[in-house]
Amino acid sequence: MTASTQDAGEPEVDFDVVVVGSGPAGSVAAYRLAQAGLSVVLIERGEAPGSKNLSGGVLYGRVLDEVFPGFADEAPVERRITRHVTTFLTPDSSVGIDYAGRALAEPVNAVTVLRARFDPWLAGKAEEAGVFLMPGVRVDSLLTETGPDGATRVVGVQAGDDQLRARVVVAADGVNSFLARSIGLRRKEPTNHMAVGVKAVVKLPRGVIEDRFGVTGDEGAAHAIVGDCTLGIGGGGFLYTNTESLSLGVVLRLDDLVRSGRTAIEVFEHYSQHPGLAHYLRDGEIVEYGSHLVAEGGLAMVGEVATGGLVVVGEAAGLTINSGLTVRGMDLAIGSAIAASDAVAEAVAAGDVSAAGLAGYRRRLDASFVMQDMRTYAKAPAFLERTGMYGAYGELAASIFEGVFTLDGTPRKHLTKVAWEAFRRSPVRARQLVSDGWAGVKAL
Amino acid sequence: MKTTTVPERLAANRFEIDEDESHIEVDQELCRTTGTGKAIIAVCPAGVYSEQDGEILVDYAACLECGTCLAVAAPGALKWRYPRGGFGVSFREG
Ligand SMILES: Cc1cc2nc3c(=O)[nH]c(=O)nc-3n(C[C@H](O)[C@H](O)[C@H](O)COP(=O)(O)OP(=O)(O)OC[C@H]3O[C@@H](n4cnc5c(N)ncnc54)[C@H](O)[C@@H]3O)c2cc1C
Repeated sequence: MTASTQDAGEPEVDFDVVVVGSGPAGSVAAYRLAQAGLSVVLIERGEAPGSKNLSGGVLYGRVLDEVFPGFADEAPVERRITRHVTTFLTPDSSVGIDYAGRALAEPVNAVTVLRARFDPWLAGKAEEAGVFLMPGVRVDSLLTETGPDGATRVVGVQAGDDQLRARVVVAADGVNSFLARSIGLRRKEPTNHMAVGVKAVVKLPRGVIEDRFGVTGDEGAAHAIVGDCTLGIGGGGFLYTNTESLSLGVVLRLDDLVRSGRTAIEVFEHYSQHPGLAHYLRDGEIVEYGSHLVAEGGLAMVGEVATGGLVVVGEAAGLTINSGLTVRGMDLAIGSAIAASDAVAEAVAAGDVSAAGLAGYRRRLDASFVMQDMRTYAKAPAFLERTGMYGAYGELAASIFEGVFTLDGTPRKHLTKVAWEAFRRSPVRARQLVSDGWAGVKAL
Repeated sequence: MKTTTVPERLAANRFEIDEDESHIEVDQELCRTTGTGKAIIAVCPAGVYSEQDGEILVDYAACLECGTCLAVAAPGALKWRYPRGGFGVSFREG
């Protein structure tokens, strides 16, 4: 397009929209913008979409089903999660809660994905809709100009020696959020708002996985593990089933990790060798080892999501929820992409891509499940910073069950008595238990 | 599962190493005075950082590109960005 074919006063652009990052947020935003008739380029620094991306891998799929009905039948998903297991580990015991339900299977609630396979499928959907995909290109900075109103606005991106100009840039560049930070929409987060995920993909035969995890066919299990797996550091472990591998990882809050004096490597190795997990992992082979940050600040981290010529979506906008037992980010990324693409298409059509023109994004986001859930879980981060979660409570639960199941010849006692005695021996104090319990009910 | 070391685990990954340019630079002085050196050694899951005779050594080729080091670094102590497009780690699983 040249300036002469455009309305007078309109800037010359290479594309209507530049989307940076082909994770779930970027690919879904690009797809929907192309569907709305806009010209879109999707830029990805990895040699292919997904090649830089890593997650635990449980995708809560309802929102993606709205964009691509029946996606789970077509996309490269691993297993449909029909079993959620929560385990409190101590050095030599484990107490678990196992929830298996048909309600989880029909309609599909959650599936496991491996991002190096799933993200290319999603980006492929965008390409089919007419998006121009540019892999292997790192965007270095935003191009900005001062508009007629005196306000700075984003007019494109710089990648190496190349500049691409657009009416709107969608920053879908993930948790480190360099683009939004570069123009002051985001700050460097305090370390209690960030956690590092350290993960291995462990190969095992399909049948072995099904036997060990109590699932059949394409069903799968998601295990959330707390307690000794992180050596008392705020965070937790996950063990999710893929078709022919397991996703095994820990998530460690950075303030606590630094304070602990331990290394991330040491904690991961302690976890992956934990006797409580040995029977799941036996004879498994690590075929990949990776790490990635997770935003954990919750609602407190979400700041400005739009300015002149720019919207920020997905984890770049701080949109993740850690409820202690689940990490959610992919579904929120997709939800924000839906809100942003609708608002951007509207703003472009109206010829106003200023901050005011793009303000519809925030309104749509606020009204969507994304911000509703962010608000519901607003107290979760503070709750999870309470320390009992990661040590003493697991010990307490374990010693109650030890009292119930160990028949050592002494006369049996009622459960309440066993629990009371275990509680008295434990370092957990009643006041703390009540206060944490109440905070937990309110936060989760 | 067999116990493995970090180099063994990294050996299973695919890396396209940028021979011309490192994406990481440390300020030795600030790393020492702010405690950043110790912190980045502790938090890096790939063991990119180590210390020898009071200097921080950087093995950028092993970087998994998470950015955890930058998140704990004091202002100015570390310059860290993503490798150039197409270079660095390439996950096949994710
Ligand atoms: C250990 C761990 C476990 C998790 N478990 C789950 C889970 O079970 N369920 C869940 O829903 N979420 C989970 N998450 C969170 C989830 O992975 C993220 O929230 C989600 O991927 C965010 O999507 P996104 O599209 O915003 O960003 P990303 O998926 O991070 O995509 C960003 C993209 O931008 C590209 N990019 C970045 N900068 C540039 C640049 N300058 N130029 C060009 N391209 C660039 C990147 O290469 C990447 O492809 C987990 C995260 C971690 C770390």
